Amino acid sequence: MTTLPSTLLLDWKRIFKWGPICAAALLFVSLVGMPIKLDPKSIISPLLSLGYVSLFWLPLIFGYIASSRVVLEGVETSKPGLSDLLTGVLTGAIGGAGLTLLMLGIENFDIRDPLINWSPQLLEVLAFGARDLNSAVWIGIGGALGLVGAALNVIPESLRRVVSYGSFTVLAVAIFEPALDDMSEGFRLEWLIELIFQKRGGLKLWPAIILASLIGLISVISKGKVKKAVAQYREQEGSQKKQTSYVLFGIVAVLGIVLPIFMGTYVNSLLANVGIFLLLALGLNIVVGLAGILDLGYVAFFAVGAYTTAVFTSELSPFFAPGMTWALSLVFVVILAALTGLIIGAPVIRMRGDYLAIVTLGFGEIIRLLFLSDFLKPYFGGAQGILGIPGIDLGFVYISGTDTRGIFYLVLFFCALAVYVSWRLQASRLGRSWMAIREDEQVAEAMGINTVNSKLMAFVVGAVLASFAGAIMAARVGSVFPNSFMILISIVILVVVIVGGMGSIPGVFVGAFVLIGILGGPKQPGLLQEFGSLKLLVYGMLLVYMMLQRPEGLVPSARRTQELHQEEFLQDSWLKGTDAEDEEQPVEGEEAQI
Amino acid sequence: MSTETSNSESTDPSALLEFRQVNTHYGAVHILKDVDLAIYPGELVCLLGGNASGKTTTLKTLLGMVTPTSGDVVLDGEVVNNQPTSYRVANGVTMVPENRRLFKRLTVKENLMLGAYLRNDRDGINEDIEYVYDLFPRVKERLSQKAGTLSGGEQQMVAIGRALMSRPKVLLMDEPSMGLAPALVQQNFELIEKINNEGMAIFMVEQNANMALSIADRGWVLLTGRVILDDTAEALRANEDLQKAYLGGGSGE
Ligand SMILES: Nc1ncnc2c1ncn2[C@@H]1O[C@H](COP(=O)(O)OP(=O)(O)OP(=O)(O)O)[C@@H](O)[C@H]1O
Ligand SMILES: [Mg+2]
Repeated sequence: MTTLPSTLLLDWKRIFKWGPICAAALLFVSLVGMPIKLDPKSIISPLLSLGYVSLFWLPLIFGYIASSRVVLEGVETSKPGLSDLLTGVLTGAIGGAGLTLLMLGIENFDIRDPLINWSPQLLEVLAFGARDLNSAVWIGIGGALGLVGAALNVIPESLRRVVSYGSFTVLAVAIFEPALDDMSEGFRLEWLIELIFQKRGGLKLWPAIILASLIGLISVISKGKVKKAVAQYREQEGSQKKQTSYVLFGIVAVLGIVLPIFMGTYVNSLLANVGIFLLLALGLNIVVGLAGILDLGYVAFFAVGAYTTAVFTSELSPFFAPGMTWALSLVFVVILAALTGLIIGAPVIRMRGDYLAIVTLGFGEIIRLLFLSDFLKPYFGGAQGILGIPGIDLGFVYISGTDTRGIFYLVLFFCALAVYVSWRLQASRLGRSWMAIREDEQVAEAMGINTVNSKLMAFVVGAVLASFAGAIMAARVGSVFPNSFMILISIVILVVVIVGGMGSIPGVFVGAFVLIGILGGPKQPGLLQEFGSLKLLVYGMLLVYMMLQRPEGLVPSARRTQELHQEEFLQDSWLKGTDAEDEEQPVEGEEAQI
Repeated sequence: MSTETSNSESTDPSALLEFRQVNTHYGAVHILKDVDLAIYPGELVCLLGGNASGKTTTLKTLLGMVTPTSGDVVLDGEVVNNQPTSYRVANGVTMVPENRRLFKRLTVKENLMLGAYLRNDRDGINEDIEYVYDLFPRVKERLSQKAGTLSGGEQQMVAIGRALMSRPKVLLMDEPSMGLAPALVQQNFELIEKINNEGMAIFMVEQNANMALSIADRGWVLLTGRVILDDTAEALRANEDLQKAYLGGGSGE
């Protein structure tokens, strides 16, 4: 009796809005080839692969979205219940129906010409390997997943935590499998790896369940404690905060120095990649995040650093001087990078934001084209680049390009340097001038700030940090080519900074680990090698999502959050009649840090 | 025309800030035309004029954000035509910009500290910030609030406080009463008078001519970039032409 009216109260508008969007998303994901390409990556073997995850999460999310309600203060809402579950089911089912139609389409028509993934292979994946599976199954699967998504809205908060933390952990552990595998040797934990992972990759079923419940339990027990600790840390003042900072810094430093000893080649080289991009991102963070200068040609300084090293240390270069080591060449790297920063910066810095971005984009390409040009071929080798760059001779040690651990330590050192520089600059007079310039350049000038010099300084500091990354890169790879310095690198670094959180040093770390470490850099594979050519697509989607939903980044600087959400905060506090205590932060941030 | 008197003034070594036959252009457009001005220590002077007569341009030229095409800007007896704004701020000129223009997303405290951007004397800065707190107890209560969320009156206080933090010898104010509620306008002028009474030279641009002249010592009137009147405040208030054009009502020129 009671169910009838509540089913009639279904919010059809939401269902017919989110259902088709879900179907479209599923079609998109399928046709760009995610299920096929990601299928080899097993999450829970043999039940679930990343390919299926790329499909399954959509009805789940859309079921969740469609059934969640806008809670207005003071407006009474009925308790979440059956009608919400039904909304989720229907939304998911409409989404699933999209795949049903896709399967029917692939069976009966051939439009493989424009759509390369319109293929029997996709059909096979969608049919779960079975030949004669009824395609209507996807309506059911969609509905079921939508139900799960909607259930997340209905079940109590603590249960929701268990489920979401548990499943995220399983996903994370599976993603980190190659890294864990690689590290297990150093820690003599091979047995543990064997216990939880299948030989061919993927978690075993029972360990996955145990792991999920364990983490779920912990998440409930430790509920809110992490957030509280962070808040406490933020609230600390003066010397106390300094002390905590030093302790934290000490722990990180010790970990950074000790861990690599236990790590194998795979993890060390992965982390070295992450570190090089981290170094670049920390540099760009000063330019974009602190000074507010949108530099789209940042790769130019990376190139200058790499080429300077190459020109001075490679035996094959006309400038080679015997006895010129990597460490000595670093002096020239710094000087030339700073000069390039000044030369590019001087004309650019007076322009307004959007013009500046376009012009720096041009300069980035110009530098690459100079290295590529026939005119300068005698010095830079044109398209053939410069080969034969030796390893890194620091005087007291020699690190060859293939010594991944040594390279990682070096990268670590420069990252620490970059963090220190950013941190000190942020609190310095220069940092304050950047803050003022970002706010109102004219008034900053009226306060006596030399805005041109201030901005140029940001440019130069950023340039020098990028050039360090270039110098390491050159020695590591042993060769440089103009085409390693495409615009794409600038874009990727910028995405790292934006996704992490502009102006936030921890944010840049998270950004670099998530994007470069997990997805991979422009040419460097990450933990999820399977992403390969899909990487850029994911970058793009992530960027769009972040700009729309969380423009302050995953780990925002305190200041940015306030800048971007000030109005919301004010409205919230006005509605609640209290000071805004931001409780309902989305959870992505925390998950990403795990 | 008042060129004679101002010429004799401009040779006066005791002037704090001077214009000597200043001309400025924006591109090809001639804005200020042979302007002479002089501000003496401890004075409260005002610059009147209709819209687009070049008042803001005058202030920007004094502060070095606009460079004169001919003529001299003299600060403390030194020609500073080619010195940047930072030099002039460091040597005692500060502006409260039109519409206050606080750094809206920074806190009140950060705004104040940016006023002292060029200073290194920690003790002096602390002294001045205490002075600002004394002057505006309201400001002290709101140090960690974002400046953009302050009320109009409070923003005005912070804007003045920020300017004072550079410990200026002369304070340039661009239409300080613009955008304030009528009740606040009166208060605002009293405040300006008070700061002036403590010895600060103030150069104020105003549309609210009657009020401005009631507290000022002297004044100038600009008409399309030319100084057409230069006299004591009393004389200006008595000037019938000005009264008609300006003070009586209507702002037409
Ligand atoms: N940056 C600029 N470029 C070109 N023209 C400008 C610029 N700034 C001001 N002007 C012009 O110069 C003239 C004088 O401007 P100014 O701002 O000095 O006037 P004002 O007396 O302060 O006017 P108001 O009382 O309206 O503030 C105006 O015609 C204005 O359009
Ligand atoms: Mg004006």
